[in-house]
Amino acid sequence: MPLRAKVASSVSRTAAALSRAAGRGDGSVIGGWIGLKIDPELLAHLSAGRAIALISGTNGKTTTTRLAAAAVGVLGRVATNSFGANMPTGHTSALAKAGSTPYAVLEVDEHYLAQVIEATEPHVVALLNLSRDQLDRAKEVAMMAQLWRAALARHPDIRIVANADDPMVVWAATPPATQDQRITPPHVTWFSAGQRWHDDSWVCPECGSTIQRSGEQWWCTGCPLRRPDPQWTVDDEGVVDPTGAWYKVKLQLPGKVNVGNAATALAVAAEFGVRPFDAVPRLGDVTSVAGRYAQVVREGRTVRLLLAKNPASWLEAFDMADEAPTLLSINARDPDGLDTSWLFDVDFAPLRGRLVLITGDRAYDLAVRLEVNDVPFQYVRTFDEAVRAVPPGRLEVIANYTAFQDIRAELDRVN
Amino acid sequence: MSTENLRIVWIYPDLLSTYGDRGNALILARRAQRRGFPVEVLEVRSDQRLPTTADIYLIGGGEDGPQALGAQRLLADGGLHRAVAQGSVVFGVCAGYQLLGTSFFAKGTQYQGLELLDFSSDRGPSRAVGELAGDIDARLGLPPLTGFENHGGRTHLGPGVSPLARVTAGVGNDGATEGAWRGKLLGTYSHGPALARNPALADLLLRWATGAQHLPPLDDTWADRLRAERRTAVATSRA
Repeated sequence: MPLRAKVASSVSRTAAALSRAAGRGDGSVIGGWIGLKIDPELLAHLSAGRAIALISGTNGKTTTTRLAAAAVGVLGRVATNSFGANMPTGHTSALAKAGSTPYAVLEVDEHYLAQVIEATEPHVVALLNLSRDQLDRAKEVAMMAQLWRAALARHPDIRIVANADDPMVVWAATPPATQDQRITPPHVTWFSAGQRWHDDSWVCPECGSTIQRSGEQWWCTGCPLRRPDPQWTVDDEGVVDPTGAWYKVKLQLPGKVNVGNAATALAVAAEFGVRPFDAVPRLGDVTSVAGRYAQVVREGRTVRLLLAKNPASWLEAFDMADEAPTLLSINARDPDGLDTSWLFDVDFAPLRGRLVLITGDRAYDLAVRLEVNDVPFQYVRTFDEAVRAVPPGRLEVIANYTAFQDIRAELDRVN
Repeated sequence: MSTENLRIVWIYPDLLSTYGDRGNALILARRAQRRGFPVEVLEVRSDQRLPTTADIYLIGGGEDGPQALGAQRLLADGGLHRAVAQGSVVFGVCAGYQLLGTSFFAKGTQYQGLELLDFSSDRGPSRAVGELAGDIDARLGLPPLTGFENHGGRTHLGPGVSPLARVTAGVGNDGATEGAWRGKLLGTYSHGPALARNPALADLLLRWATGAQHLPPLDDTWADRLRAERRTAVATSRA
């Protein structure tokens, strides 16, 4: 590593440690920010000599990164940005902090994927899904797929692990030269982890025709784009690998969604030569991910935190949550997106019959939504008030990004 | 009403449903049902024929490609024009509002609109993103408009339409006026579930559709709190 990069890396680690010591944060961004100021090429320098996997998509990337890092860990030490700091500053911090490791598994914000591919020259890129997320700021879904596709087309040597169930992802993963999507390019491995959210992929990104669906299959009515046959699938609480072998996956993380994330993680690890047989037990050791799914006991209530950032991830949170009193907390600060319109893209009907409490900066938006949805609710001003309002036992908390961080802070930055 | 049921058609949810647009159909249906009107909501996809006998047609927001495609399909279908000629109500938001005019811009190209309202849209110097508020045309007898806008277009009204509101916060059509209406056709840049924040506007559409002079009031406690909170938020951000 050049001297400048060494200095930058060292200062970066110190700043991160100071940030943690001062109680200002978990140090996962500030260190990288300072390091990149000293050496803009620091991320590339820190990446050299490591076999790297990048994991990107709208939803599930933090959890999948955590699971993939556990799976690749079969082979040796793995650097990873396990706190969800998923922009280049976070990657730089994570690699600097980890020191020399043979492997790295990095979660990447979907907007930064092209840039991080250039900087890190990854061995494998996993593409999870693309759906609407903070449209007041984020790029339109089709535009994001186009950016991914262009970036990946420049690097045909990179292995791609991609979700066969998401038409936008399939299109992004397939080079423009591959006219017939039935022929999978040799560097792409498809997985099927299911897709609950279809509302951003009714129009073909290739030709603009309608996309039809039947069961798990989908196909464009105007061009050859269609669902490729996945090599990795989820079946009955387990994962089926490309040879057809079935592995029971016993996770501590809730929901079918996470079995799908486990399948993706195993497919990523397989690109490094990890056998599912060796990796599966490690997946069961993962208990919570940056506070997500964490359980904390407060005044006799077992509080579990679920993060839901956009319509697709709300559907997944309902799948993960138990039939128990549920607190919903909604903010609309900068990291959440300022627009709450998406509340009407979510069907809250699965919550009918549960004791539902609402709070957060934008609880009134949620109140209007739940009223139209015929979901009775009780408004509370604070998290503490919510805890006292439910009987002893489980309290499920589903919150969007800053609301989740607020509650996590009240629970002493639980991880 | 055209049939025993109040028929609400949500036009092309496969193309024009960017952000919570379903909310407008849900809110109209609920407010009508609470007043004792039987309601039927039809979601008509872009590969289906548009029924011409509905009472209210809703057109939502969309990205550039789907907006252009939606306009082409609606022009080819012709059903909406027949429905309007028979006196149906049309409510368009954002991209769906622009479609009602004579022309709009998508992906850098000018497209023909449905020519149901006298205005045209082009590209503005910057994207308008944020809270939108305005005082609604006094003839409609409604409290102020509140909403969220997110669009790159600017809309120029002709003499054949009236602005829906005078802008007090945000951009709307051009920073001065917002939305447009004529007869029973109404459009706004207040995007997505615009009626969630504007229950009185929802009731106006229902009165137009049913011919009722007056609708019994509903308990709008939460919507009123939301409106007050947004009014305060807009005032605070300006101060």
